Amino acid sequence: MIHGLDANGFRSHAREHLDKPGQRAALHAATDLIGERRGKAVAAVPEWEQLRESARAIKEDVLANLDVYLERFVENAEADNVKVHWARDADEACAVIAKLAKSAGPGAIVKGKSMVTEEIGLNRALEELGYAPLETDLGERILQLAGQPPAHIIVPAIHLTRAGIADIFVNELDIERTEDPNRLTEIARKLLREQFARSSLGISGVNFAIAETGSMLLLENEGNIRLSTSLPAVHVAVMGIEKLLPRVADLDVFLRLLPRSGTGQKMTSYQTLLTGAPDPADSADDSEGPREVHVVLVDNGRTKMLGDRLERQTLACIRCGACQNVCPVFRQVGGHAYGSVYAGPIGAILTPQLVDVEHAHELPFASSLCGACRDVCPVKIDIPRLLLHLRARSVQNVPAGRRGERGAFRAWAWAMQKPGRYRALSRLARFGGRMAAGKGGLGRLLRKRVGPLGNWTAARELAAPARTPFRELWDRELKNGGSGHEK
Amino acid sequence: MSTATEHHDPQPVPPASGPRARPLRVSLFVTCLVDQFRPDVGRAAVEVLRRAGCDVEFDARQTCCGQPAYNSGWQEDARRVVRAMLDAYEDSDAIVLPSGSCTAMFTHWPELFEPDDPAHARAKAIAGRTYELSAFLVDVLGAPLLDARFEGRVTWHDACHGLRELGLGRQPRALLAQVEGLELFESESSESCCGFGGTFSVKYPELSVAMLDQKLQGLEQRGIDAIVSGDVSCLMQIGGRLEHRGSSIRTLHLAELLAGADTNGSSR
Repeated sequence: MIHGLDANGFRSHAREHLDKPGQRAALHAATDLIGERRGKAVAAVPEWEQLRESARAIKEDVLANLDVYLERFVENAEADNVKVHWARDADEACAVIAKLAKSAGPGAIVKGKSMVTEEIGLNRALEELGYAPLETDLGERILQLAGQPPAHIIVPAIHLTRAGIADIFVNELDIERTEDPNRLTEIARKLLREQFARSSLGISGVNFAIAETGSMLLLENEGNIRLSTSLPAVHVAVMGIEKLLPRVADLDVFLRLLPRSGTGQKMTSYQTLLTGAPDPADSADDSEGPREVHVVLVDNGRTKMLGDRLERQTLACIRCGACQNVCPVFRQVGGHAYGSVYAGPIGAILTPQLVDVEHAHELPFASSLCGACRDVCPVKIDIPRLLLHLRARSVQNVPAGRRGERGAFRAWAWAMQKPGRYRALSRLARFGGRMAAGKGGLGRLLRKRVGPLGNWTAARELAAPARTPFRELWDRELKNGGSGHEK
Repeated sequence: MSTATEHHDPQPVPPASGPRARPLRVSLFVTCLVDQFRPDVGRAAVEVLRRAGCDVEFDARQTCCGQPAYNSGWQEDARRVVRAMLDAYEDSDAIVLPSGSCTAMFTHWPELFEPDDPAHARAKAIAGRTYELSAFLVDVLGAPLLDARFEGRVTWHDACHGLRELGLGRQPRALLAQVEGLELFESESSESCCGFGGTFSVKYPELSVAMLDQKLQGLEQRGIDAIVSGDVSCLMQIGGRLEHRGSSIRTLHLAELLAGADTNGSSR
């Protein structure tokens, strides 16, 4: 299950978020800026399309042979003293980490930004046991103070205005009000440093795990992940099982794709490649970094996506957020409207597959199928194709509440198969349509009572159907070479 | 793999230049929206194709490309309708549609049938000789001169399916460039979705309209007379909103503009 999932009320969530003061402007400004940077960064790489092809091919190989690569990763990580834990679902993952928190002893728990820990609801699970995990990514920290989940994969506080962030700091940290981003960052930094200094456990995600060496790569711009994974005596890395790459050399492809797609950067400020842990039996080992390194491999719905070739490509996602930045739906409503930590186009296909589709059956419909996401995806996931596939699965799995719709499409298909039926029924429909579009009382009543009509006409005028359809024009006037104007 | 990411790559039709032994036979698929709401667009498409030297046919067995059901998840219903269309278009020459969206749906037809179903191959063959109107005029016929006139300043809306599934953009602009008196204003938001999205527009009306308003932002200050596009569906969304806002900007289908059949009043 995905923590905090509330994905089946998309329309009302979307409405709510459209009305949030300042939120749409904040979303547009941020996504435009990142989009512009991305465009420039991508244009500077002539072999961009080949990189996308290579990345996809590597991921296809990983997903088709995941068992092999997972075993290889585990073998190499364990050989280098990393302790590997398997978690079938969110509860198991949280339980493993809670145990490690206990054995790490007193001290702060510091956390680097990680989507999978949001997915499994790790903070809530630890808090229920009396721990106080501290988000150390600035955006995540702001949202932790505000009690909100991230609204974007890489820019978690994308939906907030500067004033909104200042409010959160004033309310939660009891500081003197300022909207100066540098000042706010300084305040957060000072408080975080104090916690880093007394930390006993560091928790992070993983961007890429390397099967041939058992290494883990982490990318960031703030340096907090490097601190979280090096200062505390115990480091726990949490990753979805699909995050593997076969070889270190594969990073050549992915390190060019991910920063450019995510933030429009050539490379992120920090790139941390972690391999192994000190040998516990070797008391002379005084190597730097944590004394213990653990990795938690999380399934939580992923293996059931592996069997289907079409669905499986969803797991090629490298969490760059590019699809969110270009999505005209996401740009209006932001991430929270989706009711899943995975929002936007990738969220609309990933969420209903990770959980059972009936728990997120609205999300595949939360798209106009414009296809902008497919064009920017660095691993070429055919998101619109998957949205259509999941729409078909949704209507099969959620018959209740869609009975009316099912009946309407049955009738539509019946009529559309024979031109005679089409002709007769469309005559009726045109008549009804003209009445509904009419200015009189009957039109008003119809628009009020017939749901879809009312939905259309609340902010748009309804075009009245033509009196004479094209097919009649054709028979009467156009068939024999006339222009149709000589009546 | 799906074919959706690949651009539509139709089979060649006899070369465009040079005298032809016989005029090219074109079967016009007007789409259900044009048939029911904007027959003038169909009339204009006939006019333009004839001016370009084509023999235009209209098969009355045509109803709908199946997209409403396909996009809503009701694949079985879509399949039934598409089967009926396969029967109608088995023996056609080039099929031309005044819609990028419905043309893109034709390219999805094969996906509805298992590879061992004969309908799969039939759908593929038909998709291979199906063209969106502007692509047909420019890529197949070599952009014949159409003697179109339009006094005014317009902007082009790149409808999503034409743009991203068929790779359209250059073709309609090449045609607009030859319209005498027309001034094209290239908007930064020409490639932004209008928010229609079929049933999306009535499922999430507030969102659909917010997406459109974002696209239209600032356009009214640009002295535009009309927004032109190749899809009636987008034009109904854009036109319906403009009318609601009391805007003086009209919506026109490319075919109407090329036919020079100025449409007073019926342009929305």
